[in-house]
Amino acid sequence: MKDSYLNFTNVGIGARLTSILGLPRPEILERYETEKPTITGAVLLGGGGKSELLEVLATLFESMRTQTLFHSQIPEWLKIANDSGLITGRWEAEGTHVQKVKALVFDATGLKESSESEALHRFFHDSAKSILPCGRVIVFGRTPEHCNQPRKAAMQAGLEGLIRSLAKEYKRGVAAQLVYVAEGAENQMESTLRFLLSPRSAYVSGQVIRIAKPKKVSRAPRDWSAPLSGKKILVTGSARGIGTAIAEVMARDGAKVICLDIPQAQSELEKLAAKLDGSALAVDLTGDDAPETLVSEARASGGWDVIVHNAGITRDKKMANMRADLWNSVIDVNLSAQERINDALLGGGAINKSGRIICVSSISGIAGNVGQANYAFSKAGVIGMVKSLAPSLARQGITINAVAPGFIETQMTASMPLGVREAGRRLNSMQQGGQPEDVAEAVAWFASSGSGGVTGNIIRVCGQSLLGA
Amino acid sequence: MREIQRIAIIGGNRIPFARSNTVYSNVSNQEMMTATLQGLADRFNLHNECMGEVAGGAVIKHSRDYNLVRESTLSTSLAPETPAFDLQQACGTGLEACILIGNKIALGQIENGIACGVDSTSDAPIAINEKLRRILLDINSAKSSRKRLSLLSKLRPSMFVKPVLPSNSESRTGLSMGEHAELMAREWQISREEQDQLALCSHQNLARAYEHGLFSDLMTAFNGCSRDNNLRDDLSMEKLRKLKPCFDKKVAPNQGTLTPGNSTTLTDGASAVLLANDNWAKEKNLPVLAYLTFSEVAAVDFYEKKEGLLMAPVYAVPRMLHRAGLKLQDFDYYEIHEAFAAQVLCTLKAWEDKDFCKNRLGLSRELGKINRLKLNVNGSSLATGHPFAATGARIVTTLAKVLAQKGSGRGLISICAAGGQGIVAIIER
Ligand SMILES: NC(=O)c1ccc[n+]([C@@H]2O[C@H](COP(=O)([O-])OP(=O)(O)OC[C@H]3O[C@@H](n4cnc5c(N)ncnc54)[C@H](O)[C@@H]3O)[C@@H](O)[C@H]2O)c1
Repeated sequence: MKDSYLNFTNVGIGARLTSILGLPRPEILERYETEKPTITGAVLLGGGGKSELLEVLATLFESMRTQTLFHSQIPEWLKIANDSGLITGRWEAEGTHVQKVKALVFDATGLKESSESEALHRFFHDSAKSILPCGRVIVFGRTPEHCNQPRKAAMQAGLEGLIRSLAKEYKRGVAAQLVYVAEGAENQMESTLRFLLSPRSAYVSGQVIRIAKPKKVSRAPRDWSAPLSGKKILVTGSARGIGTAIAEVMARDGAKVICLDIPQAQSELEKLAAKLDGSALAVDLTGDDAPETLVSEARASGGWDVIVHNAGITRDKKMANMRADLWNSVIDVNLSAQERINDALLGGGAINKSGRIICVSSISGIAGNVGQANYAFSKAGVIGMVKSLAPSLARQGITINAVAPGFIETQMTASMPLGVREAGRRLNSMQQGGQPEDVAEAVAWFASSGSGGVTGNIIRVCGQSLLGA
Repeated sequence: MREIQRIAIIGGNRIPFARSNTVYSNVSNQEMMTATLQGLADRFNLHNECMGEVAGGAVIKHSRDYNLVRESTLSTSLAPETPAFDLQQACGTGLEACILIGNKIALGQIENGIACGVDSTSDAPIAINEKLRRILLDINSAKSSRKRLSLLSKLRPSMFVKPVLPSNSESRTGLSMGEHAELMAREWQISREEQDQLALCSHQNLARAYEHGLFSDLMTAFNGCSRDNNLRDDLSMEKLRKLKPCFDKKVAPNQGTLTPGNSTTLTDGASAVLLANDNWAKEKNLPVLAYLTFSEVAAVDFYEKKEGLLMAPVYAVPRMLHRAGLKLQDFDYYEIHEAFAAQVLCTLKAWEDKDFCKNRLGLSRELGKINRLKLNVNGSSLATGHPFAATGARIVTTLAKVLAQKGSGRGLISICAAGGQGIVAIIER
């Protein structure tokens, strides 16, 4: 749906009025475009203590052909970058222009206790005014749960508060994230770094991502401009809304998409499948034979690589008025059907090596919502399912993750009453609703063969919504 | 006096060169110089190091920048006690600075030093109209207000709208350097095709050097730029052939061969090179890339005797070869600054010309041909652009690194400069 306020505040008289009246002025977010580099603009690097990821970052920036600059707190970057073939430079020498940058990247892995956190202050204080609109802040740390020194764990956990605050402060479409890289998972960072630096992550902000060392070999895609090429991907509920966007982004990134929805949606489904050069599968996921049908479909085509559980419904009523069937149908579509299908596909060997399972949860599942006890239960249940399955699936080289969308501009949100809709749109750091493709981009990042270290993660695509944050 | 020390080239730094009025259009010489020196200090960990001396300059300079190099040095993390001085020898500035610092090192006067150069034609000083300037000076020194008023009444609007822009024309002949180069091309019968071919080669060689990462430790990014922005990867002979001659009107109407493609463009940029004696390099644990071993400067009379304006290096090189006991063919690399493709081609042709070598250079025979595959192997000014004073240190650093990569060898540097001058040097490893 069109957000006319967003357009109004960004042109001519509207732009002037909003600034005079001090109204919120949402930024028009940059979105992914083919042929554009991962990031348009320089990355400023900082770090403290003995930063452990600089060598890896140098090779990644070299492969992404990203221009880097370094804060004077890490002069060692110059040599490390040069050794990787990167031309880099000091960000700010005395008396020279302060260059605006598109991203701030801080390697905090070397910070051993909170008394060393000064390095963070220096970096973010110096650069706070130099980040361009739609810029990115990425802090890399070490997973606190794995730190054996309590002080290091506390230091690393503190990063969460920092990035959440920066994400709220910087405005103008700037997104900030924290990435915890487990020891030994350093070679698994590329897909995540590319996603977070690029406009693909336009509506993802204030998130914490954990990258683990994969139990099985995990290989980066050969071509980062078509990272899903050759993958067979099932997208449920793809006849409309977010599901359609997911199918489209997957196809754009090179995948063969199996578009699934209820039989009533057959014609839309077939249109989409034809457009994306994929296939259509009209199945009601709650049907008794659905699991078996999917297993045989998958096996007939040599197994599927990625399963995206997107189909979902709402049947909103306050608890006092909610009938049992409203409760049951929501739980069945949103959670129980997913569990049955996962069990069948995994048990039936229908998911290929390096498989990916991606679930669509919701911030309602995290924050709760009036009239959505059933829905919130199902979406919170999805998060529990993801977290509990992740460790055992990791042993088979399969990852499972969830996206939790916030306010996304779809038919579902268009049907909300105006007041609720406006509040939903503005009550987040981006001051606007997200687009279905924003959810799809996050799904595509999970789906990448390069994301083998990313499992058990719940990533909100909500523009850092105030709800449940 | 102590024994003569060898002049070691430790390394260098430059910012990417940028066509005038592009990415550095709002940047001053001092800012570019500072960033370049800071990059050098970062690269070789010279923070708080009191260097022997820093020497350098700019060809186009604001009068307020009289202490450009010292001021820039003070803005870096080098020790503030590091002395510095400015010098100027047109396009020879950078190489002359290397020679001066080198000589001080050789004589044991300093242990180490930095030679540098910078130029901006985007941020060029604009001189006010000469009549206006005189009146303003008179007003300033006038004793009475009546006198001041009468001087003020002499001001005319036209004086304000006709500022004097710096130009790179020769003050004696009134011709631009390009026009002089066009005259040289005519005299030596250098074809348009040959010039375009040399330009294409320059771009191709520079592009290849970038691909191989040659510059990653010779350059620091600046103002959003991490690659010389004059470089055209997609340049072709067809594209070069389409360009119109640009220096022909006065000197060769309708017969011009010099175009914007085979002449250097106005460029902004800065470069610096770190020189030292062996001892200091060893102490600091810095590997030596190569040594600066010989140099020579020459000038020609382009006014009375009508020698080609940019022919002075042709005279300087044989004198230097004689002192070094070398032949023109005894080199692994030739770095002939491409002010104009025609300048390079005239130089080579003159060295091959028996009459010229005998009569003008006073040699017994011609210097002969060079192996063209050894010429400007990583591109030169036609591709990188030519911020006048910054070209010297660019060439010295790049050549030193190439020699270090090869392991051993010898390179010749030749740079022509305004005023009919030429400055040349030998680097060895
Ligand atoms: N739109 C938002 O703002 C938002 C916010 C948070 C979470 N979500 C979640 O994102 C997902 C997609 O949402 P949407 O806005 O695109 O919804 P939507 O209603 O537009 O699309 C959902 C699709 O799922 C299909 N579906 C429903 N039940 C099915 C079944 N039993 N079998 C097969 N297909 C079935 C529907 O036919 C429909 O095409 C849902 O899981 C939803 O809960 C949406």
